[in-house]
Amino acid sequence: MQMTQNFVASLVLGFALVSATAAWASGGGTLKPSNANIADVQSLQNGAKLYFNYCSGCHSLKFMRYSRIAEDLQLSEAQVMQNLNFTGANFGELVPGSMHADDGKAWFGAAPPDLSLMARAKGVDYIYNYLKSFYLDASRPLGWNNTVFPNASMPNVLWELQGVQTAKFKPATGDHEAEFEHFEVHQAGSLSSKEFDEVARDIANFLQYASEPAVFQRTSIGIWVLLFLSVFTLLAYFLKHEYWKDVH
Amino acid sequence: MANRLSQAVTGMQEWFNDRAPSFMPFYRKHMTEYYAPKNFNIWYIFGVLSMVVLVNQIVTGIFLTMYFKPSAAEAFASVEYIMRDVDWGWLIRYMHSTGASAFFVVVYIHMFRGVMYGSYKKPRELVWLLGMLIYLVLMAEAFMGYVLPWGQMSFWGAKVIISLFGAIPYVGGALTEWIMGDYLPSDATLNRFFALHVIALPLVLLLLVVLHIFALHEVGSNNPDGVEIKKGPKGNRWSPTAPTDGIPFHPYFTVKDTFYTGCFLLVCAFILFFQPTFGGLFLEHDNFIEANRLVTPEHIKPTWYYTPFYAMLRVVPDKLLGVVTMFSAIIVLFFLPWIDRGKVKSWRYRGLGFRVALVVLGVCFVWLGKIGAGPGTDPVETIIGRILTIAYFGFFVFLWVYTAFGFEKTKPVPERVTGHD
Repeated sequence: MQMTQNFVASLVLGFALVSATAAWASGGGTLKPSNANIADVQSLQNGAKLYFNYCSGCHSLKFMRYSRIAEDLQLSEAQVMQNLNFTGANFGELVPGSMHADDGKAWFGAAPPDLSLMARAKGVDYIYNYLKSFYLDASRPLGWNNTVFPNASMPNVLWELQGVQTAKFKPATGDHEAEFEHFEVHQAGSLSSKEFDEVARDIANFLQYASEPAVFQRTSIGIWVLLFLSVFTLLAYFLKHEYWKDVH
Repeated sequence: MANRLSQAVTGMQEWFNDRAPSFMPFYRKHMTEYYAPKNFNIWYIFGVLSMVVLVNQIVTGIFLTMYFKPSAAEAFASVEYIMRDVDWGWLIRYMHSTGASAFFVVVYIHMFRGVMYGSYKKPRELVWLLGMLIYLVLMAEAFMGYVLPWGQMSFWGAKVIISLFGAIPYVGGALTEWIMGDYLPSDATLNRFFALHVIALPLVLLLLVVLHIFALHEVGSNNPDGVEIKKGPKGNRWSPTAPTDGIPFHPYFTVKDTFYTGCFLLVCAFILFFQPTFGGLFLEHDNFIEANRLVTPEHIKPTWYYTPFYAMLRVVPDKLLGVVTMFSAIIVLFFLPWIDRGKVKSWRYRGLGFRVALVVLGVCFVWLGKIGAGPGTDPVETIIGRILTIAYFGFFVFLWVYTAFGFEKTKPVPERVTGHD
């Protein structure tokens, strides 16, 4: 009896500690939630389409293979090669960047980073908020700035969809820097604000997938591993109980 | 049929025993005739669990070395290759990275248990010292392993930690260059850390673990009551000379440990499959960016298991003094058996002062860990960190004064162990 209680208590405590620590470690920040759902294949497919049309011209996915995208996102080889591959790379090859790093540096001031692991480095919500936070700023070389990543070199490549926005700041006072308040629509885009949120979400979701393609395997196998271990542990408990009957 | 089979088994045993007569007695001494106190509680599983993790680290590590490229140019990409293109590579890598953190979780609890129940006291001082050496080597092993993926935190963490040796007067600068083989962490550093991580330190670690267990089996295990079962009555169902309160390690504790290992693996598997980065604690966000010597990350911090000591380093204003404080915090643990003069082992029967002080020590350690993992920019936190550091060392001063001058009011220790799970 004592041992059963210990077992239940330690398991509960273990899981509580694990969840609490993970939540504590990952929480915080002012980023709005992207609500990206890695299990939503349609969102991932749409994200891939958007990514290859708007992002892949400058950013590589140097650890990601076209064939892997097809397999994981339930697309055929023909679909991927016709709609997502604009580089002439083979189906089994890694997704290259079309821009030479030196050109990127010369044109934008910084080479566009590879995005294979960006979601793991910065978080999926960061990407979502970054994509939504471009605004007009005449002081920047390309006329664009970003509230999530101030003085980013990247222009707003999605402006036709999102429209163009300006940012209102609380003016700088003494020891406080100018504080961002809200965006104002300068020129409407082809999508509504809600539709554009979905665009940003789907791109962020695709990059979340690209940062860890093993995610589907991991979670689907994980459940079976936990089930197996539960049964194993239960049997081990009965075995222990049986052996310890003669210990007084 | 059964007769033939048992004949064959007996025959094989005889054949074996003729040629290696000392093997079976060795097995008996450490397994079937090692009598462990029957009143071990849940705190006593973490030694076995750390062995489970050690085996996990070695086995998964062997598979990782088959694909990992120990060069600054290729290391980062080779880890991603393992994560994406190698069959089951992601599983092996997550087992290794989750295992590294799990190792420290179980080792820290194992050490805390040792203090709770006075397991470092006579006659087990040697067991404690060997355990402390294991802990030191484990820290070096984990540090070098952390550098290998060659992410931003690998590089900058290595730079900060190695630069600590630069605080040593006269030889510091030359020493850091000798360690790195360069002026910065570089290809040479990565390559030699790989050599140390995959062969040199694991060998030392295995040897020390074997010595730790041998030393323990010479004197016998302590238990939650801190009662020496060898000094109690003799004779049990298995042997007339064995301690009455002892039961054979095999099968009683092997089967019990199997059950608890199952529980432990459940928690580990949950993390591995559903929270593999553990919110950036087990695999840090910045380490998914390849090392770049031109870009310093916003917050450089070591992995969580070093952060208590890292916090001490940061809250001390002087660098050399900070380094001395940090290393002293570890070194002082070696002397615990001689700092604590109390004769009563288990905190069940020790004075209230000891029990309170030990809880305070635990709180200090965890809180310092939290401060060390943060950005370290909050001045209030720095003051709290200083108080906690003083309290950490205060534990050892208090313990000596408390026990050496007879302030401790202990309760009577029972003659025999009390109950069991």
